[in-house]
Amino acid sequence: MRVLAALLRKELRLELRTLESVPGMILFGVTIFVVFHFGLDRASVEGDLAAGILVVTILFAGMLGLNRLYVADEEQGGFDGFLLAPVDRTWLFVAKAGALFAYLVALELVAVPAFALLLLEPGLGQALPELLLVLALLNAGFAIIAALVGAIAVRTRARDLLGPLIALPLLIPVVIGAARLLEPLLREGGAGGLDATWLAILGLYDLVFGLLSIAVFDPLLED
Amino acid sequence: MTTAIELAGLGRAYGERVALRDVTLTLEAGRTLVVFGPNGAGKSTLLRILATLLRPTAGTVRVLGCALPREAWRARGRIGLLGHDPMLYRELSARQNLRYHARLHGVAPERVDELLDAVGLGARADDPVSTYSRGMVQRAAAARAVLHDPELLLLDEPRANLDPAAAAALEPLLAGPPQRPRTRVVTSHDPAGGLAEADVALGLRAGRPALLAPAAEVTVDEIGALYR
Repeated sequence: MRVLAALLRKELRLELRTLESVPGMILFGVTIFVVFHFGLDRASVEGDLAAGILVVTILFAGMLGLNRLYVADEEQGGFDGFLLAPVDRTWLFVAKAGALFAYLVALELVAVPAFALLLLEPGLGQALPELLLVLALLNAGFAIIAALVGAIAVRTRARDLLGPLIALPLLIPVVIGAARLLEPLLREGGAGGLDATWLAILGLYDLVFGLLSIAVFDPLLED
Repeated sequence: MTTAIELAGLGRAYGERVALRDVTLTLEAGRTLVVFGPNGAGKSTLLRILATLLRPTAGTVRVLGCALPREAWRARGRIGLLGHDPMLYRELSARQNLRYHARLHGVAPERVDELLDAVGLGARADDPVSTYSRGMVQRAAAARAVLHDPELLLLDEPRANLDPAAAAALEPLLAGPPQRPRTRVVTSHDPAGGLAEADVALGLRAGRPALLAPAAEVTVDEIGALYR
């Protein structure tokens, strides 16, 4: 835990100093909502359309975070410094996923109210606990896949293209699961319970990909 | 005396390009090996293999009794590397960088303050590394490399960007305590200076060993010939 705390502290401190990821993610997310607001030529959305817009916006804004996740380590020798330490390399993956999860929460703290203000017809108040659970599962899935894919993409020349190209197909089950779960919550007069099947699928996908990523992460860091 | 480094037929290729081939040598603990050779001769590749950061593609490597890469995990933490890259995050201060590395290596935070003073960065320790001169960055990087008191220290042109006074001030840190001197592998382009600190001299040319002998038996001219 000492190592995880050191890595997480370093990640968050670097982001606070450089502001390279979170402000860009927030700005991009809110901009997408504005574009949808005008592009759809509708005063408001609800149900499946609202769920799709929210999930896809979080996904695209999150890609900015994915692309920056390992850049400081690659460009400033952070990988070598970490690899020289006598520590389990899995901690780096866990710290990167944890940092990205925190960035997504920061994004959603601004983007979800902006979404409600700009596009959403029904209020979010009633469905808030369920919404937070779905967003947590969406964030976890995104952070796990991005932490894995980012480590692959950062060592290539076309990292800004390769990261999203690998990550997006892997994220399709997360997108489908999150959108299906959000759809009843964002319907007029919605709320109600969450679909247990989709909840289980999303949770299981996060768990399986988390374990798979831990298994393959160490060899990824080898030369 | 124990053996710190044993290389037998060591080679490393990057795809078709061979960066290092057929390096065989033994270095006893506490001794200094200085590696000479023109740019691209394979010096940095050799250091990265010894640091466990690169896998050899030919031959065998034993470092501090550990066969690499199989037992690299046992050697890490006993090796320090001061390479061309300072391995410091530019937006963090020297103190934050060193505390981060100290936590990774399980080193007490007091050691960080002690080292920052030793390299003359005490007064600027809380400024971002991006505001440092090259010499200051090199001093901070040297402090990082010896933070965990490594048995084996790998130094890639360690005096680059340092004025003579700063280079002299770093020397005790890089050499280690007199009763337990570090084993060192140093790359150098300075024939006279390099030979003065070497116990063993290795000359590389196009990845191949062109010279390997006790430093006392090597002349400055022989080193100079590697560059012609």
